[in-house]
Amino acid sequence: MTRKQRRLVLIGGSLGVLALAAVLVLSALKDSIVFFNSPTDIAEKNIQPGSRIRLGGLVKPGTLQKGEQLAVRFDVTDGNRAIAVNYQGILPDLFREGQGVIAEGTLQPGGGFKADSVLAKHDEKYMPKEVADALKKQGHWKEDYEKKK
Amino acid sequence: MIAEFGHYALVLALGLALIQSVLPMIGARLRDDTLMGVAGPAALAQFVFVAAAFAALTACYVGSDFSVLNVFENSHSSMPLVYKFTSVWGNHEGSMLLWVLILALFGALVASFGGNLPATLKATVLSVQSWIAAAFYIFILVSSNPFLRLPQAPFEGRDLNPILQDFGLAVHPPLLYLGYVGFSISFSFAIAALIEGRIDAAWARWVRPWTLAAWMCLTVGIAMGSYWAYYELGWGGFWFWDPVENASLMPWLAGTALLHSAVVMERRNALKVWTILLSILAFSLSLVGTFLVRSGVLTSVHTFASDPTRGVFILAILMLFIGGGLGLYAWRAPALKQGGLFAPISREGALVFNNLFLTAACATVFVGTLYPLALEALTGEKISVGAPFFNLTFGPLFIPLLLVVPLGPLMPWKRGDLLGVAQRLILAAAFGILAIAATFALMSGGPVLAPFGIGLAVFTMIGALTDIVERIGLARVPLATSLARARGLPRSVWGTGVAHFGLGVSLLGIVCASTWGSERIVALKPGASVSLSSYELTFDGMVTRQGGNYRELIAKFTVRQGGAEIAVMEPSKRTFATRQMSTTEAALLTRGASQLYLSLGDQEADGSVAVRLYHKPLVLLIWLGAVVMFVGGALSLSDRRLRIGAPKPARRPAERPAMQPAE
Repeated sequence: MTRKQRRLVLIGGSLGVLALAAVLVLSALKDSIVFFNSPTDIAEKNIQPGSRIRLGGLVKPGTLQKGEQLAVRFDVTDGNRAIAVNYQGILPDLFREGQGVIAEGTLQPGGGFKADSVLAKHDEKYMPKEVADALKKQGHWKEDYEKKK
Repeated sequence: MIAEFGHYALVLALGLALIQSVLPMIGARLRDDTLMGVAGPAALAQFVFVAAAFAALTACYVGSDFSVLNVFENSHSSMPLVYKFTSVWGNHEGSMLLWVLILALFGALVASFGGNLPATLKATVLSVQSWIAAAFYIFILVSSNPFLRLPQAPFEGRDLNPILQDFGLAVHPPLLYLGYVGFSISFSFAIAALIEGRIDAAWARWVRPWTLAAWMCLTVGIAMGSYWAYYELGWGGFWFWDPVENASLMPWLAGTALLHSAVVMERRNALKVWTILLSILAFSLSLVGTFLVRSGVLTSVHTFASDPTRGVFILAILMLFIGGGLGLYAWRAPALKQGGLFAPISREGALVFNNLFLTAACATVFVGTLYPLALEALTGEKISVGAPFFNLTFGPLFIPLLLVVPLGPLMPWKRGDLLGVAQRLILAAAFGILAIAATFALMSGGPVLAPFGIGLAVFTMIGALTDIVERIGLARVPLATSLARARGLPRSVWGTGVAHFGLGVSLLGIVCASTWGSERIVALKPGASVSLSSYELTFDGMVTRQGGNYRELIAKFTVRQGGAEIAVMEPSKRTFATRQMSTTEAALLTRGASQLYLSLGDQEADGSVAVRLYHKPLVLLIWLGAVVMFVGGALSLSDRRLRIGAPKPARRPAERPAMQPAE
């Protein structure tokens, strides 16, 4: 092998791996990302049932119901609209009515939301950023929350 | 008084850093010994002052001095003593102080142990190191001062975030920072080489031990964080592809690539420009990690408080060093003398293969981590990129890498014979195929990929040992001869074998735990039983216990296997009064390398309690593999002393490091 050929193999190999990585990233980005939506977004964007999304907002006070076999039902609201969420399993430690929450799952044909994971904030200072932004957009953000720290 | 002392020490450290960033650099250019001589003592003094500042903050925490804002916000007088120590870095300001402490420590180590470095290189390296230090001292003093006082001292503190009150947290950040900040040394060496316009194999020999030490700490630091998340967050998962986890994975991938390319540079004087680039990238990714975690662009357990000015400040530091480093690279690297070429099938070729796939894998993690942030900044659209993305991108790029891992060490330098190497790996391949067949035969259902994962892990492990087994002639020569040869084998050969073996161990754990793990979520009333895998668990009832700064609600479970009682497990929920927060403490039962994992949910009105049960086969291998990799790194590191003292081939005398003192 000449010097030139060796260099070509090296450069060709590098470009090959790079192209492979790019193809993998692009195809994965098309299929495996999940969009974040507030209840208002879902109504306005006319999101189709069956699509996988992240739903964020506050747990509407007085809507948490517990059923058989660890089934739970609660409403997620951004102050403007609300969506009923069904979930089966154990809720996180910091899940409380009136607090911020993110549920990941699919939109059901009837307009409800079936969650397969529910995330709450980590501590009393922490509000999921997506939720905070969604609330700000709806004009329900309490400025003092930020200042309280 | 102590807080003011710490503050003052930190200001003095900044002063020293500023002097150290300028004088030795000028000295190195003018070849002035006096100016260059400033670097060493300045680096040592800097470390002393930062250590004093850190000790002062620790004293405030241990003494529960709530007049200091930082202590008030993150401590409580009833907290156990050990957590008073660890809460020093359980908050933004304190953890940045730990960051600079480690930075100063590395500077001091270079100053003390860099005696055989050429004087100009040592002065330039310490000077560059000091640029980084100065930037971070300013950051701390201006926007994250841990020594601020409150006008009126409160009676009691607000307590540390309960999920951080844990032993795993005590060791995770220091180890992780040792890794992150350790890469600053290779960065400083790279910048110094670019400034000096000279780089050779000896350079790689000086950089490699530092990179190796940083890499070792980062490896166990990541493993520790993963184990902490596993048992503390109560989801039983070991890796979530969370942005903050990715932030630590990226420097690890780049650092691993750097480790391997530095070998090529040291032995064969090739890949020089590439190694410089990797040194810059590894530390840049550490800075990106610090930015992601500390700036508040991500919300996670690591984001203690988000203050936009801090984010902007860290971003500025980030751009200065990454932009400056890469700019200098673009300007000066073409002037560096290129090393020799080599055949694609050779040890060098295998290491290039390793580098290509590691950096490509690192790039996919980078895209997956930053794309959501970029998209939100540009379009306002919010997305989340989770495990499916990384499984589709990172996975396919890592598999070829694992296949080649055993081949590399068996390849000769310069020109190799693929067929010959393949023949030597027949045994390893046979074991791998056997493992695949056996898994298929034993497995009932489950993903088809799993047996191949097991086969790959077995191939990697046996393949890693092949080189050592062949060299010591195990089973071919008498055992005593083998043992004698084993003792005589260079430590770095052991290091390579052991570290690669550890990689296989981790893979085995990951495949087993994620494929054959079982999970149940049930609501149980006292006296009820539930079975999982081969275990039978009986819920005996709830008891309460008072801890130092929390109340604990404990569920007692009796575990039976085949009718015999084997253990009592006590998962609990702790409620911390000060923060009005509760944490779930999982109960773990370790059987061999497998674990039974119990985590409590809410107690229902009818007296039943929700429980999450997991059986995780061989899950401990995931972290054990990381420890094995650490041991491999340590073995390789201990070889350095021998290697520097050992005679070099006569035809490369120029590479011998100068043994006389630098000054």
